[in-house]
Amino acid sequence: MTAYEAESDVLADPGRAGEPAAPLLEVADLEVSFPSEDGRVRAVRGLSYRVSPGEVLGIVGESGSGKSVSSLAVMGLLPPSARIGGSIRLRGQELLGLSDTELSRIRGRRVAMVFQDPLSALTPVYTVGDQIAEALLVHGGRSTTASTARNRAVELLDLVGIPNAAERVKAFPHEFSGGMRQRAVIAMAIANDPDLIIADEPTTALDVTVQAQVLEVLKTAQEVTGAGIVLITHDLGVVAGTADRVIVMYAGKAVETGTVDEIFATPRMPYTLGLLGSIPRLDVGRGQPLVPIEGQPPSLVALPPGCPFGPRCPLHEPACDAAEPELLPAPGAAPDHRAACIRTGELAAADAEGGELAAELFDAHVVEAEPVDSATRIDREVVLGVDRLVKHYPVRAGGIFRRQVGAVQAVDGVTFDVRAGETLGLVGESGCGKSTTIMEIMGLEPPTGGSIQVLGSQVEGLSRADRKRIRRDLQIVFQDPMASLDPRLPVRDLIAEPMEVQGFDKAHITRRVPELMKLVGLRSEQINRYPGEFSGGQRQRICIARALALEPKVLVLDEPVSALDVSIQAGVLNLLDELKARLGLAYLFVAHDLSVVRHIADRVAVMYLGKIVEIGGVEEVFAAPQHPYTQALLSAIPVPDPEVERRRERILLTGDLPSPANPPSGCRFRTRCQLFATLGADQQQRCIDVEPPRESALPAEPDAPVGAHLPDHDVACHWARIRTVV
Amino acid sequence: MARFLARRLVNYLALCLVATFLAFALAALTFDPVGKLQARNPPPPQATIDAKRAELRLDEPIPQRFVLWLGDAVQGDFGRTVVNQSISEELPRRIGVSLRLFLLGTVVGIGLGVIVGVASAIRQYRFSDYAATFFSFVILSTPVFLLGLLLKYVALELNTAAGAQLLVFTGETTPGFQGGFFEALVDRVQHLVLPTLTIALGQIAYYSRYQRSAMLDVLGSDFLRTAQAKGLTRRKALFKHGLRTALVPMATLFAFGFGLLITGGTFTERIFGWYGMGDWLVYGIEQDDTNITATVTLFVAVLVLVSGWLSDVFYALLDPRVRLR
Repeated sequence: MTAYEAESDVLADPGRAGEPAAPLLEVADLEVSFPSEDGRVRAVRGLSYRVSPGEVLGIVGESGSGKSVSSLAVMGLLPPSARIGGSIRLRGQELLGLSDTELSRIRGRRVAMVFQDPLSALTPVYTVGDQIAEALLVHGGRSTTASTARNRAVELLDLVGIPNAAERVKAFPHEFSGGMRQRAVIAMAIANDPDLIIADEPTTALDVTVQAQVLEVLKTAQEVTGAGIVLITHDLGVVAGTADRVIVMYAGKAVETGTVDEIFATPRMPYTLGLLGSIPRLDVGRGQPLVPIEGQPPSLVALPPGCPFGPRCPLHEPACDAAEPELLPAPGAAPDHRAACIRTGELAAADAEGGELAAELFDAHVVEAEPVDSATRIDREVVLGVDRLVKHYPVRAGGIFRRQVGAVQAVDGVTFDVRAGETLGLVGESGCGKSTTIMEIMGLEPPTGGSIQVLGSQVEGLSRADRKRIRRDLQIVFQDPMASLDPRLPVRDLIAEPMEVQGFDKAHITRRVPELMKLVGLRSEQINRYPGEFSGGQRQRICIARALALEPKVLVLDEPVSALDVSIQAGVLNLLDELKARLGLAYLFVAHDLSVVRHIADRVAVMYLGKIVEIGGVEEVFAAPQHPYTQALLSAIPVPDPEVERRRERILLTGDLPSPANPPSGCRFRTRCQLFATLGADQQQRCIDVEPPRESALPAEPDAPVGAHLPDHDVACHWARIRTVV
Repeated sequence: MARFLARRLVNYLALCLVATFLAFALAALTFDPVGKLQARNPPPPQATIDAKRAELRLDEPIPQRFVLWLGDAVQGDFGRTVVNQSISEELPRRIGVSLRLFLLGTVVGIGLGVIVGVASAIRQYRFSDYAATFFSFVILSTPVFLLGLLLKYVALELNTAAGAQLLVFTGETTPGFQGGFFEALVDRVQHLVLPTLTIALGQIAYYSRYQRSAMLDVLGSDFLRTAQAKGLTRRKALFKHGLRTALVPMATLFAFGFGLLITGGTFTERIFGWYGMGDWLVYGIEQDDTNITATVTLFVAVLVLVSGWLSDVFYALLDPRVRLR
């Protein structure tokens, strides 16, 4: 909390952001290219920026925009095949052209780096402590002995919030969870008190509650070392809450730079505007139009002249193709707010008129659909019902005669229903059992315990023929469109396959495939192409077309947009919205991103360690969450608005998810619960002894009659109370 | 961990017995040691043949013969050969000869195999990588006996060119050699080079392929980048973090490779006139000798299974992730 306020003070100081003092890092005209089969890929094309001491610079952009490559260039960690030009100066010292030995004296001591994937960032065969100590020993000179380095490693681990550091320092990386490993990597980065820390997507691979913890640790690290930070991310929410200044990159170039407030409040480049408009926001409900940016980023092998964003830009005009626009001060904005667009003046004028500029510009609109009336919910047909579903995986031990020694309680008594025409969002962190739940549903096999009902039939006692019939009505779209399409089949065969399996005649299939392609926004000429020729968003559309081929009534969507870039994600979300309205589908939408769920779902179920802790209408749950876990989860999600972010109070959960093989007694969440800590001893005892039942939630209005309950909002907490966090 | 290894050792001992029994039974069923005796001209009297059959226990059931042989073997007596020599007297000398050859060949093979593999991986798609790949496949596709003969030929050329006997290709030492310690050492080395090379070359070729791919996996890994970001030079990161991790999957390969060397060793020993275990096995089969065959099989089985056990130990030492509580 305090770190947060300190951060705000820094931002409030105008002298800081306005005129940077002697730059710590100065990158000028950086060019990086790699050889490829089609020619040289120009990954970074003339990037310039500065970082001042103590400043947090956010670099945002989609995959392939060159943001990671440019930071690896600063570290001198690009593969030898890369050709690098321009200049990179650290406190005036030129880094380009230094030998590996010279660079190794700078790396880890003056510039440190935190990488994206903490699971693979540590060497598996050395202890965490040894690896941190190593960073000290390489730079320490003679005065650093193995034992002082080891003691310092314990201090550092303690500093980044690893409990019981003296003991954990001897642990191997595989004994640490993802969040703990990222803390260890941060400990390593700050070991030598560096001047600059480069964090490359430091939280992308982590769950939101852990992301919040790690961002907090990064802030602590910055306070302790006073270092400048370059924060590379695709998540605009993270940038809004953390950075002082922002660079937006597109196609290897900076297209807009400025202070975080300027960029978020008055973007002056259409791409930034679109990017900001494409993110579903946790604090805005269904009414938010999502901006889809058409097309995809250009190939960096042979860029045509002119603005690289031109082909996707709604403001595109012939003059844009003449030459690539320079990064110039934006008219009518703060002096260091620059944008690379020849029509930025018109944008400023349009912006002055007010209104939803991004939505108007990109012609985004809210999908018109009949509102799903919660009052009539009870009358609608239950298309998918799950009652006290249990799935345990046995844990076995022993060699030849394997005996069961326990069970991973992946799903432990989950109850929900999805009614015709509505979307239920199933959310929770990794390991909470949401994937197991949908796999149980899709398997159509009798579960370990409880029952599953699909369109009125219980899956128990289904014959093979019945099961095949039900599969028509229940289809799934998977997370990774790359992995879920056979690369050796053309689109036609991919979409036709479910119909062939179900025995439709040839004429029907030939007619249906182009229809389906049109339905999901693909051109039917592309029918003979292979998945490899499509972009990620288009591939996910193929998956959706395949799932719709049998005209199902229920669609299970397993993280359908989490593998996509934000600008692409918006298009797919809009498509799903539209399909639901047109075809009257019901969705079971599994996601870890609550903003996406808020945008698309009617109801939401929050899972923790195999149980649903809160379920209810999206508006009620998001506006007035009652379970402490829901509150923590919502509070952990950054909102892409620096002003809102500064005001928000973050609930930080402690520790990691307990093992589902050995869950805590009573309430499963109590070991991490922020509310539990504030309870009296006898209240706590209740949490420890008694598992909280799922009960109707209390009404949000304080003057509601005593004993009144919300009809459709359940919460499983002994001491549930409303706390607004968004 | 210790309990786990002890249990594994017991399992392996049982497997050793099974392997030896199978070899013993197979040999006993197919060998006909008195056949040669009968084929003599003039044929020896029936009484002599019967005596030989009784001496070799040919008329007893095979399991019983095995149990009797095993009972003696446990006490260090592996029986007698067909021509009535003591196997136990011959055994230590033969084992010594073989182990000297195999151990040295393996050490050279592993060492150079790892170096060649790592060098290939680091210099992937350069000329040296292609050259190493080419020679590896040539050697791997050459049978050991041909490789041995080729090396002999090369040595002959070399000796001719040098005008002196630099490399010797028969036996362990020069028969009746006289001289001081230093001269004796030189003499032994001259004899050792070619057979060791024959054994090592195959292993270098084999290991370098695996080491190359294990190293390539590691080269692209994030932790190597982390190590460099910490301030290690590329070279140091490669060896301390990269190679150390890439060696883990190789441990099993090294251990079993050593155990299975006897197959290649048989030819090598024959070609270069080393009277080791491989040579003995061939001799035993030629002589229709069940006891020699069973003894050598037991030796190989013990070697393979000790290697297997050692690979478990190595793996646990190298990789903390498989260490059991």
